[in-house]
Amino acid sequence: MTDSARAHVPESVAKGREVVACLEHVTKIFDDAPAVDDLNLEIYEGEFFSLLGPSGCGKTTSLRMLGGFEEPTSGRILLGGRDVTYQAPYHRDVNTVFQSYALFPHLNVFENVAFGLRRRHLEKAEVARRVGSLLEIVDLPNFEKRRAAQLSGGQQQRVALARALVNEPKLLLLDEPMSALDAKLRRQMQIELKRIQTQVGITFLYVTHDQEEAMTMSDRLAVMRAGKIEGIGSPRDVYDSPSTEFVATFLGASNLLTGEITSTGGPFATVTMSDASTLSVPSDRVPDTGGATNVKVGVRPEKISIGAANASTPPGHNALRGQVRVSTFTGVGNQYLVDTASGVELTVYAQNIGQESAPRSGDNVTLTWPAEHTFAVRPMRGGRRDDEEPSEGE
Amino acid sequence: MSLDTTPKVAKAPREKSLGRRRRVGRFALPTYSWLVIAYLVFPIVVMIIYSFNRVIGGLQLVSFSWNGFTTLWYQQWSNVPGLTAAFWLSIRLALVSTVIATVLGTLLALALVRYRSNKFRGKIAVEQILFLNIAAPEIVMGASLLGLFVTLNIGRGFVTLVLAHVMFSIAYVTVTVRARLAGFDRSLEEAAYDLGANPLTTFRLVTLPLIMPGVLAGALMAFALSIDDFVTSNFVSGSSDPFPVWVYGATRVGIPPQVFVFGTFIFMVGIGFAFMSIVLARKKT
Repeated sequence: MTDSARAHVPESVAKGREVVACLEHVTKIFDDAPAVDDLNLEIYEGEFFSLLGPSGCGKTTSLRMLGGFEEPTSGRILLGGRDVTYQAPYHRDVNTVFQSYALFPHLNVFENVAFGLRRRHLEKAEVARRVGSLLEIVDLPNFEKRRAAQLSGGQQQRVALARALVNEPKLLLLDEPMSALDAKLRRQMQIELKRIQTQVGITFLYVTHDQEEAMTMSDRLAVMRAGKIEGIGSPRDVYDSPSTEFVATFLGASNLLTGEITSTGGPFATVTMSDASTLSVPSDRVPDTGGATNVKVGVRPEKISIGAANASTPPGHNALRGQVRVSTFTGVGNQYLVDTASGVELTVYAQNIGQESAPRSGDNVTLTWPAEHTFAVRPMRGGRRDDEEPSEGE
Repeated sequence: MSLDTTPKVAKAPREKSLGRRRRVGRFALPTYSWLVIAYLVFPIVVMIIYSFNRVIGGLQLVSFSWNGFTTLWYQQWSNVPGLTAAFWLSIRLALVSTVIATVLGTLLALALVRYRSNKFRGKIAVEQILFLNIAAPEIVMGASLLGLFVTLNIGRGFVTLVLAHVMFSIAYVTVTVRARLAGFDRSLEEAAYDLGANPLTTFRLVTLPLIMPGVLAGALMAFALSIDDFVTSNFVSGSSDPFPVWVYGATRVGIPPQVFVFGTFIFMVGIGFAFMSIVLARKKT
């Protein structure tokens, strides 16, 4: 593990916890293109960890290397301190919940769940007891005799989960297990999955492209792009102070303004926009730009308050003037698109808390937010969100 | 409803002609189907009927005039020594060659589906040879096999028959199993590995049970091909004649009625298999 990756781990999570799985400088090259590029990652015992990223970012490849289904081109994989880089999947103490569930269609639910236990030649009564208790946990009692084809998508997923968990692996790998479920069932399963994880206490490594899913369930998450980790930490840390422009835009919505660092030192750095207005950014949220002064300053839409044009700026706040272009009522609140003087359009979410005078389109307004909610990131090369990268050959 | 928007006057005749067309269609297709089935079954029915035909005259040979009903040939089914021996030879030959061809053909199908041509050198050549094997005229294969066995100085008999039958059956087994493997979800095997099953256990517990219908279909095909093969067998059989070769030889003198008895028996076994597959298929759904 390199120091740079370790630095992102919050003390509270890292302290006193054993590392269950570890990727060291892992690179995987498919047909000359790296799917995973010098990846370093540590997963701690008992945590719910998510690998989040767009399709083709290498998250599934990383998971498959941990499961033993792909061999890294270079680097090492450790499981519970032992090098398993080239160990066959059937010798590894990890289990996987596959995206397609991969339930054995010729076996019933009981035999599906018992498959792993039977490979270890456990006693009949012990197998029955453990399968029964796992089916209890995933809330599928009395389903033993059913076949996989007779189950709904949500039930199949529970069986797949039970089949993996019954072996009590060191690490459970979940490969986008909810992608086949509809939105409502998905939300239900997210809560359910978190409950099960807490109940069984097994370390979960969850792969998804759904940022909401990752934030809801994870103790920690990592945002991947083009085979590299761009941001890692607790959902709150990664969301509130994203480390790159990609993380800022991929994880939730962000307003990003181009500016130049004009003063540093002290608790806040000053960034000057093209129209000479200035914004304060907490110094610990200014990235190491390596001498360059170009940055993008960001603020989350829900952090901004929208007020009358002549409103005064409270101390310690950043302020920008602009004109409301679109105002949309969404029920829980209002969403505004505001054109600012520097030409950038900002999105603002205001909660519906009974304000009587919501600004309308065309109104001149002042946008203010506490300076500590501002972050700065290095501009992405090319300045585009390249989330459509070549598929990784899954 | 759109029904109300259509004028009643315009609709009525159209509906009538449609109805008539439907009524005609209801009878035309089944009638056509039954005619085709009758065309296919007719020769077999003739064979079954003549297996119950009396023989007048000294030699017990089939004549195609109806001399009255008898079950004598069923009672004396094994009275023609050469014929009975040929029949049992055919059964043994079919069983042995089916087992060998099914194992080899299934493994070949697995290899062809599993490995891309960058890992499986000559994969395209193998596929072409399989196709050739099916497409080549049997007379060519039979003649060249005979040439080969003579050149290698292998005595013609059971061994050469098995070699020949395995050779022409493999391609059919491979094609059948391969079709079954086309929709096979590889993540099922990964799931088995993941749960601690080594490749051999995975094959036994997951892969084989799932492709079993294809393997059985391939085996039945191989058995059927072997038991009624004449052309190739005629070249490589030497002195041990399987059933079709023996019958062909007998036609020069005259066919004993027992040939029809064996023919009827083989047909009935075939019908039995067909019914069994229907019953099994019903049970599953």
